[in-house]
Amino acid sequence: MNTNMIKWFSQSWMIMVYMFLYMPIVTLVIFSFNDSQLVTVWSHASMRWYVALMSDSDLIAAVALSLKIAFFSALISVLFGVFTAFCLNRYKRFSGRTLLSSMATTPLVMPDVIVGLSLLLMLVSMQHWLGYPERGLFTILLGHALLGTAYATVVVTSRLREMDSKLDEAAMDLGCQPLQVFRLVTFPLLLPALVSAFLLTFTLSFDDVVLSSFLSGPGYSTMPMVIFSRARLGLNPTINAVATVTIVVVTFAVIASSFYTSHQERKRRREIAQAYSDTNK
Amino acid sequence: MNKITNYVRSFFNGRHVVIGVPYLWFLMLALVPLLIVLKISVSEMESTSVSSMISWSEGWPAIKLNFASYVFIGSDELYVQTYLSSLKYALLTTIICLAIGYPFAYFMARSPKHLQPMLLMLIMLPFWTSFLLRIYAWKTLLVNNGVINNVLMSLGIINAPLEMMNTPFSLMVGMVYSYLPFMILPLYANLSKLDMRYLEAAADLGTSPFKAFWLITVPLSKAGIIAGSMLVFIPAVGEYVIPELLGGPNTLMIGRVLWDEFFSNNDWPMASAVAVVMILLIMLPMAIYNKYQSEQSELKS
Repeated sequence: MNTNMIKWFSQSWMIMVYMFLYMPIVTLVIFSFNDSQLVTVWSHASMRWYVALMSDSDLIAAVALSLKIAFFSALISVLFGVFTAFCLNRYKRFSGRTLLSSMATTPLVMPDVIVGLSLLLMLVSMQHWLGYPERGLFTILLGHALLGTAYATVVVTSRLREMDSKLDEAAMDLGCQPLQVFRLVTFPLLLPALVSAFLLTFTLSFDDVVLSSFLSGPGYSTMPMVIFSRARLGLNPTINAVATVTIVVVTFAVIASSFYTSHQERKRRREIAQAYSDTNK
Repeated sequence: MNKITNYVRSFFNGRHVVIGVPYLWFLMLALVPLLIVLKISVSEMESTSVSSMISWSEGWPAIKLNFASYVFIGSDELYVQTYLSSLKYALLTTIICLAIGYPFAYFMARSPKHLQPMLLMLIMLPFWTSFLLRIYAWKTLLVNNGVINNVLMSLGIINAPLEMMNTPFSLMVGMVYSYLPFMILPLYANLSKLDMRYLEAAADLGTSPFKAFWLITVPLSKAGIIAGSMLVFIPAVGEYVIPELLGGPNTLMIGRVLWDEFFSNNDWPMASAVAVVMILLIMLPMAIYNKYQSEQSELKS
């Protein structure tokens, strides 16, 4: 096999995989502009399903609930994720470290149905003993925050591992209190990781259907729950319209955040170079 | 008084708080719930509280365990078959993801350095858009009057629509589609760090590129292969949404059975027992995954 053939083969392999990944998304978007009641048969272009979407009060309420839950769950996840990541990264030896790290990775791989079932049974027992909490927004939030914490821990840990702990030590040598070290040195360096952890956990929560179905109570349907119940019944053009709106928003957010992180990275490098040249004057 | 405040302060020092907060969080939400599932799986339907399990005979507590659910799972043909077919589909998903993902990750790691961030983002982007909506999209593609059949029929390649929906085929398409990024990302992370000097040395010593690939690249990427396979296999065993939307009556998956036991039959002990057996099945792959993760992080530090 010569080099050209290998190159041709590798490129076509990659293109095929990308096509496989993007074909469903592209069709979803195209058919959201289809006028026909039948999702899969093209008649002519129209905004009909977007208009229908605007008067779909069930769906709008569900989107509002999902956004609310996703926002708070991402906040909680990032907060606890930072704690967990610090714990695992900075304290190498304490009793029960293995238990903590395996508890933190369990929600990542455990099938959703088991996480959902176990959380619900715990909440039901809690309600049995304490009379609290009622199933609803709070319980869904708790489930999403658990899952999110596990993911945020991974993101923050990988950033902490790259970071030089000498900087912390230098700050402490210069007389910083531990909290000051965190506020002035660690936190600014960690910020890009926190932003990406927030976005990731926000999306996870916004996307989840299994945990929400287990943990929600009457009157609390998240957007994926509504979409799932409609998709189970059959094809529905309004789902295509919702999908397109989410895809557009998400794509913009991802691109914006990747620009932000690369900008931060460049700024950091520039500052380091600047500081270096200043000291060498 | 001062002593007490000192004591309290030393107890609430930074280290204790930093360790204590995540510990409590995960104990409450990850460990305790699993123990409760274990407990309920050996309770009777009507009595799911702890106190009702303990009966007092002659002043000694006797714990009443009810293994009826487990006996039922073991003796019922349907449950055994469902577990086996879940494992089968999960394994098949893992193998197909590896077969597609490994070459992909390899080519990606070999592509020009300035293109790699963009190629990586293109893999991540579908992962950011809703999983549920992407599964729904496959439904619109695969149904009898769906997009694929319509295109093939209008091109004259087929005369009658292909039966793709609600078959093992549609299930596998959905599973591979959703889990492929989970395979590619750890593999790429591993392969992009591969020291090219090993391959150059092998070439200098007269090894053919193909042989060098099998003797050097594959063994060195073992950690990535294991991480990716476990990230696909474990959640795939208990998958619920994909079999519910794309699977059919003959594609048995245990996640669906658990869901039905819980939501349709309201049989909590049975649902818990199904969950416990599922956990036992994925325990081994999970242990392997955790072991490799900790080994990796030790290597890095």
